Amino acid sequence: MLKRVHFPSSPLPYLLVAPQIIVTLVFFMWPASQALYQSLLIEDAFGLSSEFVWFENFAALLDDEQYLSTFGRTAVFSSLVAFLSMSVALILAGFADRVVKGATMYRTLLIWPYAVAPVLAGALWVFMFNPTLGIFPYFLEMVGIKWNHYLNGRQAMGLVIGAAAWKQVAYNFLFYLAAMQSIPRSIIEAAAIDGAGPVKRFLTQTLPLISPTTFFLIVINVVYAFFETFGIIHVVTQGGPANATTILVYKVFNDGFVGLDLGGSAAQSVILMVIVIVMTVVQFRYVEKKVEY
Amino acid sequence: MVENRPIMTFITHLVLVLGVAMIALPIWITLVAASHDEVRMLQVPIPLWPGTHFVENLKQTLFGSGFSGDQTPVWRMMLNSLVMAMMISVGKISISLISAFAIVYFKFPFRMGFFWMIFITLMLPVEVRILPTFEVVANLGLLNSYWGLSIPLIASATATFMFRQVFLTIPDEMLESARIDGAGPMRFFWDILLPLSRTNIAALFVILFIYGWNQYLWPLLITTDTDMTTIVMSIKQMLESAEQTPQWNIIMMTAFLAMLPPILVVVGMQKLFVQGLTETDK
Repeated sequence: MLKRVHFPSSPLPYLLVAPQIIVTLVFFMWPASQALYQSLLIEDAFGLSSEFVWFENFAALLDDEQYLSTFGRTAVFSSLVAFLSMSVALILAGFADRVVKGATMYRTLLIWPYAVAPVLAGALWVFMFNPTLGIFPYFLEMVGIKWNHYLNGRQAMGLVIGAAAWKQVAYNFLFYLAAMQSIPRSIIEAAAIDGAGPVKRFLTQTLPLISPTTFFLIVINVVYAFFETFGIIHVVTQGGPANATTILVYKVFNDGFVGLDLGGSAAQSVILMVIVIVMTVVQFRYVEKKVEY
Repeated sequence: MVENRPIMTFITHLVLVLGVAMIALPIWITLVAASHDEVRMLQVPIPLWPGTHFVENLKQTLFGSGFSGDQTPVWRMMLNSLVMAMMISVGKISISLISAFAIVYFKFPFRMGFFWMIFITLMLPVEVRILPTFEVVANLGLLNSYWGLSIPLIASATATFMFRQVFLTIPDEMLESARIDGAGPMRFFWDILLPLSRTNIAALFVILFIYGWNQYLWPLLITTDTDMTTIVMSIKQMLESAEQTPQWNIIMMTAFLAMLPPILVVVGMQKLFVQGLTETDK
């Protein structure tokens, strides 16, 4: 923590931490505590008066079938995004790891979507799938599928999952490739001498050896799907049709800024905070310590 | 490569090329759409091969009234995005460097208290505290300003952690010899610590620049003045007005311009980018 050799106490270290502490207090501690406090209040529709109601907002949420179904939807959404983007990334990384010449070129061509903002990823996909103009609905029509994600909830969900997973492949690919390249070649060579083919080697050697990376990526991808996909959903479906793509973080925004239900929205924020903290703890404790070979 | 199997090598490259094509398809369609004129972009099926209007569209998007119904030219939005991204990355790096320096190299009361105060910010993304943060910024009169756009996003611990890690790996002998030569704390910071963490700073800058440029929800909430619009958030308004005035060539050109700077940063500074990504997240 502290260096063995260090400077003596003086006013200087306080000056040095002051900017970060001030920013943290004003723009972090205060708002977070306000969110906690607000979650215990019920405000009338005009924001004129508010009443302290303890955990009524939370109780109302747990009774609200719409909220509970949002939970289920978020679970489906984030696990599908994580599964899709991780498996595509795993396959690509597995092959890229075999390439002797040109591996960096493939890496360059595969990692750039990381730089695309989620909302732009959404915009690109919504254009490709525009029901009247888009190129995919045009081809889908040929095989007899009518595409309209403004009306069809399942198609809308598929579209946001596709856009979210597309953007995240780059990140997962990078971590998988790095993990594979750090496996000692001697292990793979030993398996090859014993007569294991490429597919068998991948399944019995590589896959178990990179499992710490897999666990790490599961946490990161779920956090990504929970929070950073807001832009995609906002631009592609706005949570619709009929709430088919409303996930937790979108509902916090929608209830707070559009529906002006401040107490309910704050209570949802608090539930999200708890989820994030649990995931962070899991990431630090379980993933980093237990899954090692 | 462990063994030589020509068929396997062929399959390897085939899969990778298909993967690259799949990943690149959305941006190809964007570029094609940005290179045709308005009329062509309304005919089904839309073209899959680039047209000849790219430069013309580029000029109209950047400097013309741009998009009908939106008075702010796109170059102005890009400037706003640039200022916001630079303020976030430079601001975050600066305050994190000095606070990590204080926590690692000084012994002072409440040191651990400060450390935990910073640590807890690691856990909570902006999205979950967005309403009260908005109120704070509004009360401080920072709506529609560069300060309001950037400072709330600076409050996060990741950078402080990374610099703490970096400083802890610097040998103690560095400080001992510096002190024997009579260097004070700030002299040590400027002449030894900063030069030693140069690549870490650069790597973090790459990540933070992308993070700052790509902000969406926050700018959307706190800017009502169209002069403060960032390019990333403008896409949403354009797509909404596409129902009435479908200028897809201009919309897709704007989308392309919005993602170009961060993509250039990732591709151009790939080594720093990979370093930054693995260091800040792990």
